[in-house]
Amino acid sequence: MLEKTSSSPAEGKAGDGGMIKLAILAVGGQGGGVLSDWIVDVAERNGYLAQSTSVAGVAQRTGATIYYIEMCPDLKLGAGRLPVFALSPSQGDVDILIAAELMEAGRAIMRGFVTPEKTTLIASSHRIAAVSEKIEPGDGRASSAKVRETAELASKRFIAFDMEKIAVENGSMISASLLGALAGSGVLPFPRASYEQTVAASGRGVKQSLAAFAGGFEVAQGRAAHPAHPVVPGGPQDKAAEHSPVRSATAAAGQTRPAGGGPAVAGPDRLVDGWRHLSARLDRLPEEVRDMARLGLRKVVDYQDEAYGREYLDLLEQAVERECAAHGYALSIAAAKHLANALCYDDMIRVADLKTRSTRGARVRREVGVKADAILQTTEYFHPRVEEFCGTLPARLGCYIEDRPKLAAFIDRRINRGRRIRTDSFSGFAMLWLIGGMRRWRRSLLRHKVEQAHMRRWYQLALDTVAEDHALAVEILNTRRLIKGYSDTHVRAQSKFDRVLSALPMLKGRPDAADWLRRLREAALKDEKGDMLDGALKTVATLGDQVA
Amino acid sequence: MAERSFAKEVEKLRLGDGEEFAGEGILAITKALLQCGVGYVGGYQGAPISHLMDVLADAQDILGELGVHFEASASEATATAMLAASVHYPIRGAATFKSTVGTNVASDALANLASGGVTGGALIIVGEDYGEGSSIMQERSHAFAMKSQVWLLDPRPNLPSIVKAVEDGFELSEASNTPVMLQVRIRCCHVHGKFTAKDNVRPAMTVADALEQPRRDTGRIVLPPASFLHEKEKVAKRWPAAVDFIRSRNINEFFGPEHGAIGIVCQGGMYNAVIRALQRLGLADAYGETDVPLYVLNAVYPLIDDEFLSFCEGKDAVLVVEEGQPNYIEQAFAAMLHKAGRGTRLVGKEYLPMAGEYTGQVMLDGLGDFLRTEAPLLLSAEIRAPNKTGQGEEIPDISKVVPGRPPGFCIGCPERPIFAATKLVEQELGPHHIASDIGCHLFSIMPPFDLGATTMGYGLGPASASAFNSPDAKRRSISFVGDGGFWHNGLTSSIGNAVFNKNDGVIVIVDNFYSAATGGQDILSSRADNRTKATKHPITKAVEGMGVKWLRHIDRTYDVGKMRATLKEALTTDEKGPKVIVASSECMLNRQRREKPLVNKAINEGQRIVKPKFGVDEDICTGDHACMRLSGCPSLSVKSLDDPLRDDPVAHIDQTCVGCGNCGEVADAAVLCPSFYRADVVHNPGRWDRFADRMRSAVIGFLQRRRESRRLVFADA
Repeated sequence: MLEKTSSSPAEGKAGDGGMIKLAILAVGGQGGGVLSDWIVDVAERNGYLAQSTSVAGVAQRTGATIYYIEMCPDLKLGAGRLPVFALSPSQGDVDILIAAELMEAGRAIMRGFVTPEKTTLIASSHRIAAVSEKIEPGDGRASSAKVRETAELASKRFIAFDMEKIAVENGSMISASLLGALAGSGVLPFPRASYEQTVAASGRGVKQSLAAFAGGFEVAQGRAAHPAHPVVPGGPQDKAAEHSPVRSATAAAGQTRPAGGGPAVAGPDRLVDGWRHLSARLDRLPEEVRDMARLGLRKVVDYQDEAYGREYLDLLEQAVERECAAHGYALSIAAAKHLANALCYDDMIRVADLKTRSTRGARVRREVGVKADAILQTTEYFHPRVEEFCGTLPARLGCYIEDRPKLAAFIDRRINRGRRIRTDSFSGFAMLWLIGGMRRWRRSLLRHKVEQAHMRRWYQLALDTVAEDHALAVEILNTRRLIKGYSDTHVRAQSKFDRVLSALPMLKGRPDAADWLRRLREAALKDEKGDMLDGALKTVATLGDQVA
Repeated sequence: MAERSFAKEVEKLRLGDGEEFAGEGILAITKALLQCGVGYVGGYQGAPISHLMDVLADAQDILGELGVHFEASASEATATAMLAASVHYPIRGAATFKSTVGTNVASDALANLASGGVTGGALIIVGEDYGEGSSIMQERSHAFAMKSQVWLLDPRPNLPSIVKAVEDGFELSEASNTPVMLQVRIRCCHVHGKFTAKDNVRPAMTVADALEQPRRDTGRIVLPPASFLHEKEKVAKRWPAAVDFIRSRNINEFFGPEHGAIGIVCQGGMYNAVIRALQRLGLADAYGETDVPLYVLNAVYPLIDDEFLSFCEGKDAVLVVEEGQPNYIEQAFAAMLHKAGRGTRLVGKEYLPMAGEYTGQVMLDGLGDFLRTEAPLLLSAEIRAPNKTGQGEEIPDISKVVPGRPPGFCIGCPERPIFAATKLVEQELGPHHIASDIGCHLFSIMPPFDLGATTMGYGLGPASASAFNSPDAKRRSISFVGDGGFWHNGLTSSIGNAVFNKNDGVIVIVDNFYSAATGGQDILSSRADNRTKATKHPITKAVEGMGVKWLRHIDRTYDVGKMRATLKEALTTDEKGPKVIVASSECMLNRQRREKPLVNKAINEGQRIVKPKFGVDEDICTGDHACMRLSGCPSLSVKSLDDPLRDDPVAHIDQTCVGCGNCGEVADAAVLCPSFYRADVVHNPGRWDRFADRMRSAVIGFLQRRRESRRLVFADA
């Protein structure tokens, strides 16, 4: 054991008797305490002297927490003298750093606990988004890629894979798979068996813990495949996803499309034939546009019907006509994407339709993890207001009511309250099923008229801009990303959308107009009310002066 | 019921002579108290000493056998006042609390206790919550020892040393008729180590004995003329006695060579960090064998003049390692040297920072600079003039990338909906002045809620809003106080004050059935049965008793709609005087700890159990994250869809969800979106359940097949 230690990471440091320094950074509630107790136990099983400390208190309420362990072989056996262990990690003096979440690994690097000369960094690559990342209306998530790159540079050895996944798959906690990774890394001079004895001795959930331990061990040894890293297109991890949709489109279309061309469809022959015609039209589109267009077409047909699909392609082709390969069809691809979203606006009919599909029931059972013998009861939360009510009325009638505030208020008082609908009950399901059935009349309803007008204004604006500024036209289409949410959130989104496009007159004719419109859109996605956007708009307003 | 069960730890308290105690520092202190024949123990929970309280609370049997009285005091002042039992009677007593917050509360009692002095040993164990992870203002307990002239021990941070400090503390207290403060830093309280135990000792005189033979001595009562004599006695008798004890018993320690051109003086608590720095400078080994003379102050007040002066004998320079500010010890030593006309140069805060925690790096830099300047020859060449390692620069700065992760509400916390409702009310009525208090609910200060302007102390939330009471203002102040703070002193200082001064503000009492932030200890209004404490005293009754007329009780905080309506009414009603809302729901952390095992057991036994969980329909969620701006629940997060048509991540609820209901309630109250669903899983359904389910799914299945047979259905759609 002792020879082994002399080859431990702490080798060659003046007078520290082969002391090993290990820090654990975790998110409160991840079980970092359990892990550090285990590690101390393993060390003592192997005749080491060890000490662990932590900073408890409210820091452990979902915040970033740190545990620290020091261990060394008992060189003065029987002398009754204990080594002097430090109570907190020091910058540049940590041999092993275990991070139970990727950004915590980043935090460790920031704090100087990871150094290329000596630190083995063992991190779970999964993410637990911090509140600041979740509350952005856009995508506020930090870049995992950046942290991983930095970790490679900052550490002597970087072992990272999704240990949370391994833990969950084995019905255990991440502390177990982390311990497995530590053992598997071989950075501590202790045999695997001693780790397993420790886990076994800990009592509760031993079987699952040992399984998760083994999982972590194998991957760290490189004997098992790494679980996929949660770096998904769409996240800021690769902003490229937004600028060159082609890449991510083909990437993801590859996953959503089974081999053999168009998506597998089932239904009445008449409809399947219709779909074939639509697919044929798709295939006449430029190769670059096809993947996105196929996804868009499918979404639109699924949303309404094949006629709607034809409308979609008619619109899309207008963009294709105005564009040449020189631009890599950026406009057409953006159109294929955002037209589909614009046509598939979120109304009560769509929500009801989606919530009453058989596939949905299956997905809920899967996500909630309902065992075969258990029964699932599903409650939906609806809060209709007069706006939604009028939206689902024939256009004339809807307008009639909306034009009469008193009447609208009267109706609102009757319907505006939270409704909880049991979609596992007959009555509840039937109600939504009927609303979903209103699909066939959708074209005649007020909401459709409003959305169509809005869509056409926006689309025409883009098409009219292509000739003079292709890039700007693309950005006008991308502005559609701002439109989302229901009720008040949707209203706020609309106003952001309008405010962004309100900058066009100021931007038109500028070489960097497209960049500015993109910046405005990104600013609009930063906060709820659009304060950042207003700031950016002020800046844009001053641009004109500079030109003049 | 505390957050943790200490059944295992309690058994360690039974260890006898020669057996090895292995465990947390704070538990070692607990065991040491029993080994010292303590007669009574009181205190108020709070990191880092909560575990001491929790273990004793779980150790009633052992305490009973030994005739030791344990009290979970109402406040730190109560705990310190309890030490009055050692004024006239030769009974050893101990009080413990978080410092400096607890010491602030205790100082009235502390001053009176210190004036009259004690007969039995009185030990005050203060857990220092200073530096990383601290949740309180950064101050020193040292000042309290100085102003009340009680002695302050600051032992080296290892189990044998702190156990010895407890023993020394009692003897010092008795030898000098003075209460003694034992200071342990947070990491020392949570350090896991070992020491050799002794048998527990039954107190020579128990509180029962004392009750049977009452004594009094007017000379010990704080009342003129005695109080004037006390002041003189402190300096004339108690101080010299303390100095003699500390010197004769070698409480302070010397390490390293007898002689040397330089030396280092440090607080006991700083010893390990100093040795580590010396190790890294190549001047000490793993066991603390060092080439630099060290003078370690396990007693930091009073200081022993001649001990220090003899240490300085023949030294050119001495460095004082004293964490925190002001630097009382350094100042005192400087005065000693000056008065003694010594030439030794005394340095401290020149090399070490005036303020802030002395972390490993700070210590390495400080000691390094000191040695490079004062004794360069001690250092090896590479340490004296290190070659710059280029490595550092290459590593990019990711401080802009890595998001901060402050503590926040737990999964399913019943306080979350309270602040969601408050945020909704402010969206309607505009922003208000909001006064916060100490406790988990203080997390409202942080995103996503961003509510609360000040925190002035435990139970002082409403008190800190008392100035905002003006007939000229249209708006009212809102103040929060937790149940812990309410019973600690909020009832009088906040509620009573508001009633008496006819404050028109709104007061929300957050009642989660425990003193939750400190580890879920029971309090007067706890709903749990407690073998040794009287619980189930409703906060509402106490508030009514104080004379509050406008009182509302919300017994399910997750009802965001009701919470919002009640807050709105409180802010708008014409009723005069304080509007008090008691918002009650059990702390989810403790509730899960209690219920989870029971529920799983029931399910395995085949009982019918309904388990709720929330979910999001990802194709209905548009990724605007409005729900998260009203939640911040760890189980509600963002998830990327591999759909190129969608740019932004959608909401997702992971398997840690406990189905508290906040998501649905908020989506409803704030009219957010219909993406959320509650899935109630009926485990072990009964015959009727299964029958009804079969019927329903038959009909539902029929309708679904009917529609899906008339439309295009895409694979994996």
